Amino acid sequence: MMDAGRHPHIKLLTYSEVEEVSGYVGHFHVKVRQRPRYVDMDLCTGCGECAEACVLKKGVPNEFDAGLSRRRAAYLPMNGQGVPMKAVIDEEACLFLRRGKCTQACLEACATEAIDFEQKDEIVELDVGAILVATGFDMFDPSRLSSYSYGKSPDIIDGLEFERLSSATGPTQGQILTAAGKKPERVAIIHCVGSRDENANRYCSRVCCMYSLKHAHLVRDKTGADVFEFFMDIRAFGKDYEEFYERVQQEGVYFVRGRGAEVLVQDDGQIQVRAENTNLGIPVDINVDMVILATAMEAQRDAARVASTLGISRSANGFFQEAHPKLRPFHTNTDGIFLAGTCQSPKDVPDTVAHASAAAAETLSLLSRGEVVISPTTAVVNDELCSGCKTCIALCPYSAISFVSEGATGVATVNEVLCKGCGTCVAACPAGAITARHFSEQQIFAEIEGLFRIPLAADLEKEMALS
Amino acid sequence: MSEQFQPHIIGFLCNWCTYTAADSAGVSRMEQPPNVDIIRVMCSGRVEPAFILKAFAEGADGVIVSGCHPPGDCHYSNGNFKTFRRMPLVEALLAQYGIEAERFRWGWISGAEAAKWAQLVCSFTEQVRELGPLNWKRELQSRKE
Repeated sequence: MMDAGRHPHIKLLTYSEVEEVSGYVGHFHVKVRQRPRYVDMDLCTGCGECAEACVLKKGVPNEFDAGLSRRRAAYLPMNGQGVPMKAVIDEEACLFLRRGKCTQACLEACATEAIDFEQKDEIVELDVGAILVATGFDMFDPSRLSSYSYGKSPDIIDGLEFERLSSATGPTQGQILTAAGKKPERVAIIHCVGSRDENANRYCSRVCCMYSLKHAHLVRDKTGADVFEFFMDIRAFGKDYEEFYERVQQEGVYFVRGRGAEVLVQDDGQIQVRAENTNLGIPVDINVDMVILATAMEAQRDAARVASTLGISRSANGFFQEAHPKLRPFHTNTDGIFLAGTCQSPKDVPDTVAHASAAAAETLSLLSRGEVVISPTTAVVNDELCSGCKTCIALCPYSAISFVSEGATGVATVNEVLCKGCGTCVAACPAGAITARHFSEQQIFAEIEGLFRIPLAADLEKEMALS
Repeated sequence: MSEQFQPHIIGFLCNWCTYTAADSAGVSRMEQPPNVDIIRVMCSGRVEPAFILKAFAEGADGVIVSGCHPPGDCHYSNGNFKTFRRMPLVEALLAQYGIEAERFRWGWISGAEAAKWAQLVCSFTEQVRELGPLNWKRELQSRKE
């Protein structure tokens, strides 16, 4: 990320959203809304003095620490590890921006006078040849499944919260502690929270087994606590993964085969995990100090909006749809738009790197060629016959048909770069004005007629049998 | 042995799913009666009702239209949904022409379902054989005269 930020040919538009995409491969026109960060990017040095000075002492939950710590209204994103490393002022938290009343201590603290409360939304317009979508994933919210009691005790945490807890830059400087500040003695890890579950997502989220094994290893290593893993199957699918699973087993982690059915919080705050040990065929109840829920990867909550902005489709599980699950896993059905990483499906780091590198290479090879290869089987409109009814426009799955006004009426026209030649518009045109090249009505009619001029294969067989 | 009626059936198959299935059924040497002639279209959404009527008018005893499974299999995002909406109208139209509903079959067979295609060819051929010849072409010609 740091390298991308420094690269002279890469322009990062952070704190921004894509509002509108038009055009087609080689000629995309993109409108990007840049939200105001109330800090001049050129002047800010990322020193963090404004965050120190910000009067919002009680702060708001720090999203980078999954809400385990708090930050002020002026802050350095990602605990000062963000790219670009510049301060930002959260307009929903800032007292001045919200209520207009504040001593504005940040203004005084800033040595370079980078803070600018007058900043407004800015629309940036870009002309690009290709678009690579790398919008990532969202974590499953375990409070959607009440049986896990998420939110009822601060010691029932999800995988991301644990990740922050054990991170050296996290709220506890890497110590694994319960909310009461003590080392846990017994920890439960529950697999498949929000995945392989008909009440949430049916798919396997792929990464949770391995990150849970890592969590078990970290807990054993840092605290020596007893760790109980409740799993249905361990999917250690990658290179050296099975070996890591064996290593964690040897570290003394208790593996209980069976879905963690329920997490209960007793009146005295004691957490109890209830499950079935399917190997022994007995129910188990285990009291623990901490529960880590191996939450699933889900499609971004706004994936539907992004898909419609870009004109790409989504699969049944909400992730963006690839053009072919095996052979074109990072293409979309829209030429010039590629997918990288977990926006397409849950992936671990090596898979994401491979997928994203392939997508980047494909994007570059498209751009360096300077021209695109299109299929000759496209639809074409006969202007003389088109009555301008616009029936075809709504039918086209690629938005390849546009309407050209000519005085009071107009005609439809097909963009041959966008058209994939499915022929749906041809079948629907009431005026018969659209022709599908190589699959025209005359050609298909001739095929039908031809089939009745030659003897039926079944009759031929009979004749051959007689002679 | 009395001579068996050999129905002539036309199948409009989409390039990506059912045509692939039919191809793979052939390559896998699955047994199927040689009564179905296939016309390849890029998408089942390309199939105009006129194609089906034309086939019957030329002398077909039965017609099959088959594409990719809805919702997500379509190579063109949603061409199969258009087929889904059009084909019931074709069924209604054929009923008005007095063509038995059993002579027209439409549905979904994916590229991996070669056996399903072979099975459809067998059962549909048998079904049309029992109905006997349609003789629509002869009837149309005699009416013209």
